[in-house]
Amino acid sequence: MSSYSFDYLDHLESEAIHIMREVAGQFERPALLFSGGKDSICLVHLALKAFRPGKFPFPLVHIDTGHNFPEALAYRDALAEKIGERLIVRQVGDTIQRQQLTEPKGKFASRNALQTYTLLETIEEFEFDCCIGGARRDEEKARAKERVFSVRNEFGEWDPKQQRPELWSTYNGRISKGENVRAFPISNWTELDVWNYIRREGIELPSIYFAHDREVLVHDDQLIAVSDFIQIEAGDVVAVKKVRYRTVGDMTCTAAVESHAATLDEVVNEIIATRISERGETRIDDRVTEAAMEDRKKNGYF
Amino acid sequence: MDLLRFITAGSVDDGKSTLIGRLLYDSKSILVDQLEAIERQTKNKANGEIDLALLTDGLRAEREQGITIDVAYKYFSTPKRKFIIADAPGHIQYTRNMVTGASNSELIIVLIDARQGVVEQTRRHSIIASLLRIPKVVVAINKMDLVDFSEDVYNNIVIDYTQIAAKLGLKDVTYVPISALNGDNIVDKTDSMPWYKGLPLLEFLETVEIAENINLSQGRFPVQYVIRPQTEELHDYRGYAGKIISGTYKVGEPVTILPAGIQSTVDRIEHNFKDVTVAHAPQSIVLHLTDDVDVSRGDVIVPTAFLPKQSNELEVLLCWMDTKPLLSGNKYQLQLNSSRVRAVVKNIEYKIDVNTLENIPFDGSVKLNEIVKATIRTAVALPYDSYADLRANGGAILIDETSNITVGACMIQ
Repeated sequence: MSSYSFDYLDHLESEAIHIMREVAGQFERPALLFSGGKDSICLVHLALKAFRPGKFPFPLVHIDTGHNFPEALAYRDALAEKIGERLIVRQVGDTIQRQQLTEPKGKFASRNALQTYTLLETIEEFEFDCCIGGARRDEEKARAKERVFSVRNEFGEWDPKQQRPELWSTYNGRISKGENVRAFPISNWTELDVWNYIRREGIELPSIYFAHDREVLVHDDQLIAVSDFIQIEAGDVVAVKKVRYRTVGDMTCTAAVESHAATLDEVVNEIIATRISERGETRIDDRVTEAAMEDRKKNGYF
Repeated sequence: MDLLRFITAGSVDDGKSTLIGRLLYDSKSILVDQLEAIERQTKNKANGEIDLALLTDGLRAEREQGITIDVAYKYFSTPKRKFIIADAPGHIQYTRNMVTGASNSELIIVLIDARQGVVEQTRRHSIIASLLRIPKVVVAINKMDLVDFSEDVYNNIVIDYTQIAAKLGLKDVTYVPISALNGDNIVDKTDSMPWYKGLPLLEFLETVEIAENINLSQGRFPVQYVIRPQTEELHDYRGYAGKIISGTYKVGEPVTILPAGIQSTVDRIEHNFKDVTVAHAPQSIVLHLTDDVDVSRGDVIVPTAFLPKQSNELEVLLCWMDTKPLLSGNKYQLQLNSSRVRAVVKNIEYKIDVNTLENIPFDGSVKLNEIVKATIRTAVALPYDSYADLRANGGAILIDETSNITVGACMIQ
């Protein structure tokens, strides 16, 4: 008998690797949803630990809204190139044309909800039976309820009242034709866990996670990057500020935070000190209603 | 910093949400915007008080009905420890969801309303704690402020619960008198109950020993996936990827591959991109054997010195979780870690009444949320451990082959 101590990050890491290998062992055609954001960057790092020196048993898939930060897209391409894994990119813009979808209108018109259409198209195109995603239960209270293996029907819909019991570390990935599974290896990680892990592992991130000068629109206490995708009107307050991003989604619906944190240590210290949640501070799309995320998930959002 | 996973079961009326809200709030895990969202919502309600239950109940149906339907996971940490709370429903019709939350917990907080004492729900939650072998039980006797912080009330509840614990074989029980609403004995010891000599709840959670449930002797390594790069430079590479669920593995150790019973020796262990000589549970590793033998997903590699039991007939305590009844003779898929085999429920001996804890005769079918003693026959002789000895290798699920739903939880005897 020996004794040793195991840090909580070791527990979370091993649990995530275990879940990824369960996906690899149970599914014929899985995929890893990769956006170039910090959570999916962690997933790629975990996949390297789970499968090297072998190849990943899944491609990386990015559902590109066309409204992404150029820094995140450059990072995405460079990472896929560096690790030599297949990257599939599908454009929400193409789906909008093909399916003649109506784009949301308004000042910060977001394609976030339309991503679901492209995701479902892509799942059909490649016959993916499982998509690994970087969602965390601490993000939002509907997510706090979701299983690690979340079964979706052929429309991608989540039925929160009919979730399969999920016991121990035993994951039931059996599905019927047309159904698919969303698997969430970092379900039990918090935002701070992700940052601590990135710091511990020395994982490289896109530059927008660190403080930089940016022209932003100041709107309702939120700072929105000035880009071609938002409308600037007379009377809008536009300023150059020192900011960083806490999450990286679309340029239209992700707000920046004012910060001088230029290193990982400084970012982690700011996250520890913050009194506002990640989604509350940076996501415009969750402010709509109390059940915004529950509704989107029911409709097939990842 | 280590990690404690615990479960609280119950509904709004029991003070469960208030307790969780208190733990999150006092550890500063509730953030400003989340509080504001609750306040906004509360304004739409009649009484005007801030309702901490809104923080924990995540689904619209739950908020509307004021009940917890499914497990929500909540996270908080103190400088001493990180915590994962499985916030589970207490109503009988959602027992399967409570079982989901209980299966990964190392500790359960059983909430008792001091005014009511031990009730039916207390017994049901305790039997699930016993069935799922949650190692530690904390009986939080809540609403002490409503019984004038009476030591007699507390003592009588302790006496009542001690009998339940004895009957269920719950060995490690701690009692804490609290008022979640006022924060008495949650973070700090209260002045209102000077007769209580124990720790406040949070301090107990921060210091309770948890390392013992990582078993260091019986090595168990279920193979999840075989890594074979098949490139020129790694032509002969064949690594078995999996998580050590129990025990220790060493290079040079003789091992047996089950269920086939093939003998080999550990050649290499990879962890974190590096070769190591020793690896422990719960690390995820890649294991290599000295011999070129047939190993695939579902096999278990164990140290030859610590073989598990192996049989195609399993005595189980079975919690039924489907709305369709279980009928004796039905066939299912049984999944134990990464191994999945066909199985038939052969014989059902008796039911356990979850309210009285008595065994009652089997009456032909097993309905949702009922617990029975049964015998299951599997197509292949499975390597397993008794759930009581080794939770990680003694719990299996049953899957309906036609609906693919997880319909049963089996605790192997």
